[in-house]
Amino acid sequence: MGMLSQVLFILAAGVAAFAFGRQVMRIRRNILLGRDEDFSDRRGERWKNLLLLAFGQKKMFRNPLVALMHFVIYAGFIIINLEVLEIALDGLFGTHRLFAAPLGPLYPALINAFEFLAVGVLLACVLFLSRRNILKLRRFISHDLDGWPRSDANYILLTEILLMGLFLTMNAADTLLQARGYGHYGSRLTGDFAASQWIHPLLNGLSSPALAVLERTCWWLHILGILAFLNYLPYSKHLHILLAFPNAYYARLEPEGKLRNMPEVQKEVLYAMQPEMAPPTGAVGAPPPKFGAKDVFDLSWRNLLDAYACTECGRCTAACPANITGKVLSPRKIMMSTRDRLEEVGRNIDTNGAYKDDGKSLLSYITTEELRACTTCNACVEECPVSISPLEIIMEMRRALIMEDSNAPQEWNALFGNVENNFAPWKFSPDDRDRWTAEG
Amino acid sequence: MQVPVMAELAARGESPDILFWVGCSGSFDQRAQKITRAFASILNKLGIRYAVLGKEEMCTGDPVRRAGNEFMFQMMAYQNIQTLNRYGIKKVVTACPHCFNILSNEYKDLGGDYEVVHHSAYLQQLIDEGKIVMKEGGVFKGKRITYHDSCYLGRANGIYEAPRKVLEALDAELVEMPRCRSKGLCCGAGGAQMFKEEEKGTMRVNFERTAEAIDTGASIIAAACPFCNTMLTDGVKHGEKEEQVKVMDIAELIALSIV
Repeated sequence: MGMLSQVLFILAAGVAAFAFGRQVMRIRRNILLGRDEDFSDRRGERWKNLLLLAFGQKKMFRNPLVALMHFVIYAGFIIINLEVLEIALDGLFGTHRLFAAPLGPLYPALINAFEFLAVGVLLACVLFLSRRNILKLRRFISHDLDGWPRSDANYILLTEILLMGLFLTMNAADTLLQARGYGHYGSRLTGDFAASQWIHPLLNGLSSPALAVLERTCWWLHILGILAFLNYLPYSKHLHILLAFPNAYYARLEPEGKLRNMPEVQKEVLYAMQPEMAPPTGAVGAPPPKFGAKDVFDLSWRNLLDAYACTECGRCTAACPANITGKVLSPRKIMMSTRDRLEEVGRNIDTNGAYKDDGKSLLSYITTEELRACTTCNACVEECPVSISPLEIIMEMRRALIMEDSNAPQEWNALFGNVENNFAPWKFSPDDRDRWTAEG
Repeated sequence: MQVPVMAELAARGESPDILFWVGCSGSFDQRAQKITRAFASILNKLGIRYAVLGKEEMCTGDPVRRAGNEFMFQMMAYQNIQTLNRYGIKKVVTACPHCFNILSNEYKDLGGDYEVVHHSAYLQQLIDEGKIVMKEGGVFKGKRITYHDSCYLGRANGIYEAPRKVLEALDAELVEMPRCRSKGLCCGAGGAQMFKEEEKGTMRVNFERTAEAIDTGASIIAAACPFCNTMLTDGVKHGEKEEQVKVMDIAELIALSIV
């Protein structure tokens, strides 16, 4: 029996690790479909951002209460993983509570701490579930989340509650069996634990063999649950638990107001103004550059990493002046659409070996009406806890609308005409520019 | 009013300490012209050696760049940078956050490297240095004022305190809107929205914002951006509060309070 479960565990862990590895490589490939952009500068600031924004969750604390609950789940996730290490090693070597003997009196203290966290995680998840489904915050009932995204969020919370429940029940069954001196449980005495002892009354009526089955079942479901969850991540908004870290490291360090320059356009204008600067005609040139972004390939890899890092919390959309006043624009939906299109392109590549034109683009997911509603106010960028910029994607797509498709509203065409002819956005003569000095 | 023009200074072989970049709104919009005159009057009163480009100034290219027209932006930037560099301009002050953002952040990549100060920071400095002295009693003493954060000053460039410090000098009662500083709600003009009809929605952005400002009970909504000023003024009109509430630029408030 011992041998068999060891083999089964190694098999399960191996399959899960392999499948997850493949998903990671696929996502990496998808992200690298984007344009190159250099983020190798200012390493010190980047590491600092990683610590503050990802480990410290600094931005979350704009709302302290929610931040605290989120931090409990996050700390629970990280710290309880130490316990998962023991569980995994036990599975590998066919041992039981491998760390108990070497850690001595420290061991029960540690497990107690884990149990406190587990209860904290459980409570926070219940609160978050009710916030999503009973309190009906505007950003959670939004149509952005209709279908899979809304279920996804609930599945994650329910899974966490289940995993914590299994962990506590396992400990309760274990300590009860210890007290009864049953089998090998009786030889590894840890004493009762802080939280799980309260489950004892529920289990007291069970026979010892039944308790042992329960303990093993919880153990197996807990570890299989974690392995399954690992492989669920790539399909879920919950991927942010991993990608928040690179996203913080590669956070934009320039002032939010600064827009990406387009050196290819800068050069063309320079050659038009100073023809002597232009390279001789007939020289072998690069293919004509594309202006702005029509599809995921035209965005920077950084924008695509953003799309996978987004956890669809909707803080961006809740702060967006266009969304608040009923326009169709939702910065969160911009990120979700980018990920959806990127996933579609990824599947296309998986099927065809290389990308085969499917007659679609990012513009099949994001409408001009959405793009035109943006005031470039940076509220979405400011709010994002994981340093995503929906604005960058909006701006690159606006550039394509204007420069690739000449698709502008009438009033903007008038604006362009005025700036070109009068050097001002309105139809005033440049000679009147100093008229304001005439009065007063 | 007497305003030194860069070309004339250059002809005399002089150079100013600071160039006042007026911007299109400040040059042409009737309401914004008053802000420009107020700021220039402060500069004149303090005897600051400044100049404007006058007819040589052009749109920075902000609205066309934000609309997506990079070509036209690059054309405008090229011409403005030529002018500024020809005069050897080192330091620029402007009352427009959009001009401020583009001059300080975006011209750098194109060969236009200047020290750019927004007039809120400049006024704060003049107050701190004791150069701006307020009238006894204070015109706005005890008046309730709320400050509206411009996106291109606040989130875009992290300038939240300077305009507030300037307002504190008025000895008025400053009240904050619920959405202020980094959470400040846009007036609705940015990203070239100023120059087009809003997309379909349930409410105009400027109405939403102005209602929030009016709810503070302030009699003055202070702005530090000519576009915000226009949007909020429209909002006040729409709310039929023109009698009770005035939208004013921080430069106007200082100009009225200065000795």
